[in-house]
Amino acid sequence: MRKYILKRILISIVILFFVAFIIYTLMRCLPTSYIERMARQKSMQPNSKSYEEWMEQLSAMYNMDKGIVVGFFTWLGNFFRGEFGDSWFFTVPVIDKFNEVVWLSFVMGLISFALEIVIAVPLGIVAATKQYSKTDYTISVIALAGISLPPFFFASLLKLVFSVKLRWFDLIGLVGRNYAQLDAWGQFWDKAHHLVLPIVTLVVISVGSLMRYTRTNMLEVLNADYIRTARAKGLSERKVIYHHAFRNTLIPLVTIIGGSLPGLFSGALITETLYAIPGIGYTSYQAMVQGDIPFSMFYLVFMAILTLAGNLIADILYAVVDPRVRIA
Amino acid sequence: MDEKKTNTAPQGEEQQYSLSDDRRVKVLSPGMLVMKRFIRNRLAVTGLSILVFMFVFSFIGGLVSPYGQDEFFYRDEPISREFAAVVENSEFRYAANDSSKFSSAVQAQVMLAIQKNSTAFTYHDVAYEMTREGDDFYSVTSDGALVGIAYKDIVTSSDGKTKLSFDLIYGALKTYLGVEEHAEPTEPTEPAAPTEPTEPAEPTEPAEPVEPTEPAEPAARSGEFEADGVTYEVDENGNVLQNGSEVAYITRYVVQAVMPDVTLSRDFKERLIEAIQNGQTEFSYTDASLIVEEDEAAESAEGEGSGIETDDESTPEGTTPVSATAEYTITHDPLHHNWSVRQEQVSRQYDSYSQPNSKHWLGTDKYGMDMLTRLMYGGRVSLLIGFIVVIIETVIGVIFGGISGYFGGWVDNLIMRIVDIFYCIPSMPIIIILGAAMDAQRVDPTIRMVYLMLILGFLGWAGIARLVRGQILSLREQEYMTATEACGISVSHRIFRHLIPNVIPQLIVNCTMGLGSVIIMEATLSFLGLGVKFPFASWGNIINDVNNTHVLTNYWFIWIPAGTLLLLTVLAFNLVGDGLRDAFDPKMKR
Repeated sequence: MRKYILKRILISIVILFFVAFIIYTLMRCLPTSYIERMARQKSMQPNSKSYEEWMEQLSAMYNMDKGIVVGFFTWLGNFFRGEFGDSWFFTVPVIDKFNEVVWLSFVMGLISFALEIVIAVPLGIVAATKQYSKTDYTISVIALAGISLPPFFFASLLKLVFSVKLRWFDLIGLVGRNYAQLDAWGQFWDKAHHLVLPIVTLVVISVGSLMRYTRTNMLEVLNADYIRTARAKGLSERKVIYHHAFRNTLIPLVTIIGGSLPGLFSGALITETLYAIPGIGYTSYQAMVQGDIPFSMFYLVFMAILTLAGNLIADILYAVVDPRVRIA
Repeated sequence: MDEKKTNTAPQGEEQQYSLSDDRRVKVLSPGMLVMKRFIRNRLAVTGLSILVFMFVFSFIGGLVSPYGQDEFFYRDEPISREFAAVVENSEFRYAANDSSKFSSAVQAQVMLAIQKNSTAFTYHDVAYEMTREGDDFYSVTSDGALVGIAYKDIVTSSDGKTKLSFDLIYGALKTYLGVEEHAEPTEPTEPAAPTEPTEPAEPTEPAEPVEPTEPAEPAARSGEFEADGVTYEVDENGNVLQNGSEVAYITRYVVQAVMPDVTLSRDFKERLIEAIQNGQTEFSYTDASLIVEEDEAAESAEGEGSGIETDDESTPEGTTPVSATAEYTITHDPLHHNWSVRQEQVSRQYDSYSQPNSKHWLGTDKYGMDMLTRLMYGGRVSLLIGFIVVIIETVIGVIFGGISGYFGGWVDNLIMRIVDIFYCIPSMPIIIILGAAMDAQRVDPTIRMVYLMLILGFLGWAGIARLVRGQILSLREQEYMTATEACGISVSHRIFRHLIPNVIPQLIVNCTMGLGSVIIMEATLSFLGLGVKFPFASWGNIINDVNNTHVLTNYWFIWIPAGTLLLLTVLAFNLVGDGLRDAFDPKMKR
């Protein structure tokens, strides 16, 4: 087992190396960046150096004057030493900005993930046990509709109904207008209040796939021979489903849930942007649109690490949860 | 199949076959079986019919629609804007012949004297005498010499620039208002000063009380006078002519244009004052000089449409307001004793955000484009992008997955690591970065769309490659593959003729579901303004307008139809994909 994990981690590092290289090449090949914009701005100022000179100076300052390969290895060395550079757009060290915003995303992700599990798993099981019934169709269609909902459209609808018509929530932002005047408790509630719509959006959009996954796996389990045996023994249907079938459904569920845990840190790029919630998603969206290479690089590599970690955790969990699976 | 056998066996006409006869069983081809199962699935059929509707709506609707996808509509809207202000001069103005003796202090004394109705006053031991020379027109003399005049009717030079000499002003006013022939003895008892304050107290009827106290016409007279050695002529209208050409004019009204770039012509001013004096609240005026300006304005408005033909019905209407005739409304403000003149002009503008009506069933968008037509073309773009991206993904995925699964070994290892790398690349952020870069480069919208498809396709093939490889790994161990090997069929044939067709069911299911997510992805990008760009419509960039809170709140028809279509289409793809999966794999359905 340990050998397997070690091997997987090594492979992951190799993959990560190439992913980082591809991303770095891509970022360097971008025709325009924040540096150019800054150089242009600075050269506009009175008594300033020319654009080319500024460009040269700024490129040297940001290590952009080296070739792509050399630049990449410099970046990589710094990355391993924990020096992630300074964000151009936010003008603070990348890691500081990251630390500032990632926890909000994590909390948001965690809450919506918990809600998803609470909603999706029971509904998925109900749908599977009552296959082809009205309940099953309703749940399936709702799950599919959730998957099919474009996030921005759903967010707009929510805003129209709850912010504009009912005036329950603010349209965008994490804090209200009088946030500064509130006490600590009030500030907490203010933030919580502003997170309601984003979390609802996240849950509705992603609950469907987990629901379908639960249903499919539950169906598979229900078709298994040992369920027939359990029924043949004369066990009550309740016991069959919740004792025998559900436990076996948990194997793929735990695997996929464990695999999604790292993803909680990745933030919800679109949803955060729609509601202007300053989490990692919105922050990196701003950085990417502004051509902030250090921050974007960090974010992209971070996302790649999360994906790899998710896969690894899922595979390991699979072996841990299901004793039948033996990993060589 | 089993059901079929049991159902058909007892039927009378088939009893003639022996039990082992093949014809006894109605054999359905695998394709037919799948179709039958698919059709029995009500949800999938619903999805399919939604899809058919979407295709008809997008691809045929665009042809049927009378409008183009980037056809702008205009509406002519009367715009009332502040055009000019007219003030009736109620303050005495002074002109000095001898400025040393006609300081502002003396002018104040003159004012007092006029109010007291006295004809002489002393200031700083200098005696001044005042002569009333006409309505609100006094000359001041000291020691028999003319030092200045006080007047209310203003003499303005015609070109607005030349400074008029004192002699000219004096002469003109004297001729125009002079008392020699037409002395009215009662008039001095009613000087201007007392009458003016009474006017503000009068009811606010804008035009009616305006000018009864100043009948300029009867007082005015024509004549000739000489100033600075030149002979001038004054006509009844207060025009001062030199050899028949106008050099100045006399009027009690000050007319000023509100907009700095508009110069009001003399003719316009006269007509305006006439209208005011007649108590009109509205008048129209055709100005030859304005014609050019408005034509230019119309041309520039036309130019924004970049040669796109305009709405047939609005064109003839559109030509009429371009003429220089404009309606003006005059409002009187008695408190400040002025008139504000508003120009009512018909101007053409984008017919933006017009509510759904018979011409535009779903209204128009920000630029006055027909929403329904935009939706049709948007559907075309969204569906096309979805299909092309999925085709690109599938082609790359099948090739790599097929090679990897068939050959195994180091080839498989290598390709799978490449797949891992692509699986790991966060595609949404990458596309956002590329979109922003293309924004900065101002890439042509058509090329941009091609890039978008290529990027989406190139980043999305990893999943399909994995699927194909997994399938092929299990398929190649089957007997028929051993048979192909024994027959000596070439490798490419073995992969693409024998293995891939067996993967196709899963592939179709995957692609159908994938179409939905690609469409959402494209819509999200377009929504963020990083995907499909104007002039192309896409459902995503139609909804983009909702970022404007005003649109979100007030114009449901801009974004709700597009969002609904998007939702329905993606849902339909998912339903059909689901139905196909069940149809292809009856084991799951039991």
